[in-house]
Amino acid sequence: MNDPGRIHARFRLEHPGFALDVDLDLPGRGVTALFGPSGSGKTTLLRCVAGLVRAKGGHLEVNGQVWQDGGLFLPAHRRPLGYVFQEASLFAHLSVRGNLAYGMKRARPAASQALLEHIVDLLGIGQLLDRRPGTLSGGERQRVAIARALAVQPQLLLMDEPLAAMDLARKVDILPYLERLRDELDIPVLYVSHTPDEVARLADHIVALEAGRALAAGPIADVLARLDLPIRLGEDVGVVLEAVVEERDRTWHLARVAFPGGVLWVRDDGHEVGRRVRVRILARDVSLALERAAGSSILNILPAVVREIANEEHPGQALVRLDLGGASLLARLTRRSAHVLALVPGSEVYAQIKAVALVG
Amino acid sequence: MLDSPDLAAIWLTLRLATVTTVLLLLMGTPIAWWLARTRSGWKGPVAAVVALPIVLPPTVIGFYLLVAMGPNGPVGQFTQALGLGLLPFTFAGLVVASVFYSLPFVVQPLQNAFEAVGERPLEAAATLRASPLDAFFSVALPLARPGYLTATVLGFAHTVGEFGVVLMIGGNIPGQTRVVSVQIYDHVEAMEYAQAHGLAAAMVAFSFLVLLGLYAFNPTGRQR
Repeated sequence: MNDPGRIHARFRLEHPGFALDVDLDLPGRGVTALFGPSGSGKTTLLRCVAGLVRAKGGHLEVNGQVWQDGGLFLPAHRRPLGYVFQEASLFAHLSVRGNLAYGMKRARPAASQALLEHIVDLLGIGQLLDRRPGTLSGGERQRVAIARALAVQPQLLLMDEPLAAMDLARKVDILPYLERLRDELDIPVLYVSHTPDEVARLADHIVALEAGRALAAGPIADVLARLDLPIRLGEDVGVVLEAVVEERDRTWHLARVAFPGGVLWVRDDGHEVGRRVRVRILARDVSLALERAAGSSILNILPAVVREIANEEHPGQALVRLDLGGASLLARLTRRSAHVLALVPGSEVYAQIKAVALVG
Repeated sequence: MLDSPDLAAIWLTLRLATVTTVLLLLMGTPIAWWLARTRSGWKGPVAAVVALPIVLPPTVIGFYLLVAMGPNGPVGQFTQALGLGLLPFTFAGLVVASVFYSLPFVVQPLQNAFEAVGERPLEAAATLRASPLDAFFSVALPLARPGYLTATVLGFAHTVGEFGVVLMIGGNIPGQTRVVSVQIYDHVEAMEYAQAHGLAAAMVAFSFLVLLGLYAFNPTGRQR
């Protein structure tokens, strides 16, 4: 498919104490994170898309197929989707194999044995096929649940905080599997999360939800670089850049990664040359200078152009959006510094990047 | 020790309990399913009606069933119109009465089991292309199996153990309505204590074994 299509979702739902009101136009490919605090309507939105909740008057179109419109409402079992719940929700009376077969038997077109083997391989659950769900660890259960959802050959994969019920060690275990899925699958994924790390690692697009409304939606780099509504990914605002490992310096254990606006040196975490990685740069780790500093310990100093300056909540601070020539960067400074450097949109500066985190 | 009228009574009792239990499982399943999942305001009243036999004296149930199934009662007129005659003092009448009397002992364990299964496995089934009916048979029923075991045992045992309703609806017709509990009563009335002992001891042993089996094969909370 050259044109992957779009997902259009419009839902309005009123519950006592909560209202969902969204009108979203999402890409028909890649991972879209539905991101927001608990109670912001992420799960409700996902359940509306799945048809598990019926929002009267809603509209849902997925890559050209209408799933809901006016009086038309495809029930959940007639929608070609896969759903991974927060708790694995495996069928306790069936073995792992039985759980995988459950959807495969019912899906049209039926999945091939080869596909099943591929999925089992992808998620590393070959050893578990004859086990009962009750004997699996949390991480294993969730991997089986993901495999079960994929085995029906969904045209849309919905994941509701699949890692939420796991401790940190398990998450670290399963995140690489999710990254493999993202890179190998050709279907759109809606991924609900309130965890910044997961979003930074997995998402291509992001929908920021709050109190049942979408604050922002778009490619992750754009949304995170917006000054009008800084979206906090974790403790601070910052941007995520897609980059490629170009060189590994064995002497200093550094890796050079290239992104559309330049190159960065980062700690070498063992990624081989040519691999696509993501780097996260927090606004507080970026400072600005009018000239390239000599004799600095800072490794990454890039020329940039100021695009926008916004006041922060604290009257002493400002947030600056920089253009690196193809990529955006956020920097936090004091308003005094912005005044002293006479920064205005269009100023040419050097961005001194103190810390870069490789997030996968 | 057990003579042929005793054996006839035992056979009749087993037949009655089996037929009643099968009917109860068939009728109780939709009632329990509805009670477990409905948000309707009728849930309370329906649950209360189902539970009535637990608290009412058997004579009260027997009395009203007798009136309803009698020649002037609505059920009686209906069965006569169908050419079936009247139900009181027949095996069919006993079955109807037993179904009413044992209903809560089947519906409540099933309802608890369906509630324990919860909504999530059915939603998971729906996202795996199972229609609601398909999901009921392939997911809800197997997961509720412990509840079915309990319901079957309790429904069967409770029917075997009933006396008052049977006496009022069925009377005491050998081979037709004279079940074990009535036969014991007859023996006691006739001062035949040895025969009464034989049947009564058999009932105690039967009930004990049934309950033992129930607790041994259905330990609570280990399935999930």
